[in-house]
Amino acid sequence: MSYKAKFRVWRGEGGEGKLEDFTVEVNEGEVVLDIIHRLQATQAPDLAVRWNCKAGKCGSCSMEINGKPRLGCMTRMSTFAEDETITVTPMRTFPVIKDLVTDVSFNYQKAREIPSFTPPAGVQPGEYRMQQIDVERSQEFRKCIECFMCNNVCHVIRDHEENKPAFAGPRFLMRIAELDMHPYDVVDRKDSAQEDHGLGYCNITKCCTEVCPEHIKITDNALIPMKERVVDRKYDPLVWLGDKIFKRSRSTKG
Amino acid sequence: MTQTAADSPAPARRQRAQLKERTLRTDQWWRYPLVTFIIFTAFLVYATWAIFDNDFFVAPYHAPFASPCLAEAVCPEEAQLFGWAPFGDWYTWPPGLLILGLPAGFRFTCYYYRKAYYRAFWLSPPACAVNEPHSKYTGESRFPLILQNIHRYFFYAAIVVGLILAYDAVKALIEKPAGIGTWVLIGNAILINLYTLSCHSCRHITAGRLNHFSKHPIRYRAWGFVSKLNAKHQELALISMFSVMGADLYVRLVAKGVISFPFA
Repeated sequence: MSYKAKFRVWRGEGGEGKLEDFTVEVNEGEVVLDIIHRLQATQAPDLAVRWNCKAGKCGSCSMEINGKPRLGCMTRMSTFAEDETITVTPMRTFPVIKDLVTDVSFNYQKAREIPSFTPPAGVQPGEYRMQQIDVERSQEFRKCIECFMCNNVCHVIRDHEENKPAFAGPRFLMRIAELDMHPYDVVDRKDSAQEDHGLGYCNITKCCTEVCPEHIKITDNALIPMKERVVDRKYDPLVWLGDKIFKRSRSTKG
Repeated sequence: MTQTAADSPAPARRQRAQLKERTLRTDQWWRYPLVTFIIFTAFLVYATWAIFDNDFFVAPYHAPFASPCLAEAVCPEEAQLFGWAPFGDWYTWPPGLLILGLPAGFRFTCYYYRKAYYRAFWLSPPACAVNEPHSKYTGESRFPLILQNIHRYFFYAAIVVGLILAYDAVKALIEKPAGIGTWVLIGNAILINLYTLSCHSCRHITAGRLNHFSKHPIRYRAWGFVSKLNAKHQELALISMFSVMGADLYVRLVAKGVISFPFA
């Protein structure tokens, strides 16, 4: 069944622009990205949109559909009423290059600021020995497709541009948690999670988890456990005392 | 390849989309904060009333909001925990004032409640992708909200409070096994303890802080159990909030004689 849908799409460059109205054909089984492509093919040949796999695995077509961060390729048109006007805008937290394409280099900058996986000295690649249960927590975080919708929806930077230098965003705080939980990583990441990457800014309102297309429990499994690890390090006198009494090293983990 | 600002011909103009709307969401995003606001406010109003209500004990039932009763002058001997009343005759205020800070602190610093009241009361943010009204935000990075990090100490206290509520329920079971109030207290004690065990701090303490689960098989199994409960933390937080309010009200109504049928 085909029908004509009403779309409002953000058009403009460098932040300036406006919502433009379109009436466009929709066919059964299509997703929002299909409709954007039809607009390109029929009415707006210069409409810019970033896309790649059309399978929800590359994280390219992040956009905001009726105000919610979504992947264009995974948002079925059948979830909307036929008489509904569908508004499509670029991610709000990042600067616009053109139309629906944003400059997400903020995220690449934050990624570079995190020290990479660091195995113990003397252990060579191929010598790591660990059991599945030791790494499966971290494997959940490896499902991330880097669509950056979690960083986009996080109010810490979405509503407060001034926090960008101090806050890495949920995607990269999750990366820190992944490495901190890794049995073979020796870099101490707790102090820096709080001091350098702004974990304390997170008020665990879980929007990152709500929008994650991979359904990673970012808040419950990465951010809160990382907050608890920071508490061990910085705010819990009993843990400090235990470390002293039992001569536990503060950089190695059980 | 992703285009970045470095490729831009006009970086100075590059900025976010200048959308005027606070949100473009078309669903009823305001329902969650509104319902949360109403429920939490009702709980606070009830708790405030309950603290100052003196009908908290009718043998063998002890209202949860006043348990344990630690003041000699205001607690009947039967209501005292093993006859222990460290607060002497000088203390004549409501007994709930002495202990409610612990469960209240546990809930106030709980990760679920933080999410809920930051959204519903502080609107930070009211809902996902809805702009918050505050011009500045530092979250839990500095005083006073940095104090939320003491949650685990309230967790330790909540374990003790949960055990005391379980003791009250068992005591009622022994003395009045067929009483409806007994089963109300048992149900409440189970829910309160499940909520306490599902806490994120509990999950961290059992084994979440470790990196080699395989070296600690017992702690790993405990972590697995707590993790399953933790996935239901929000539900347990709300259900146990209703159960403690319901059990408390039930005991007080029995104590006041409002509920007076034989198996009450």
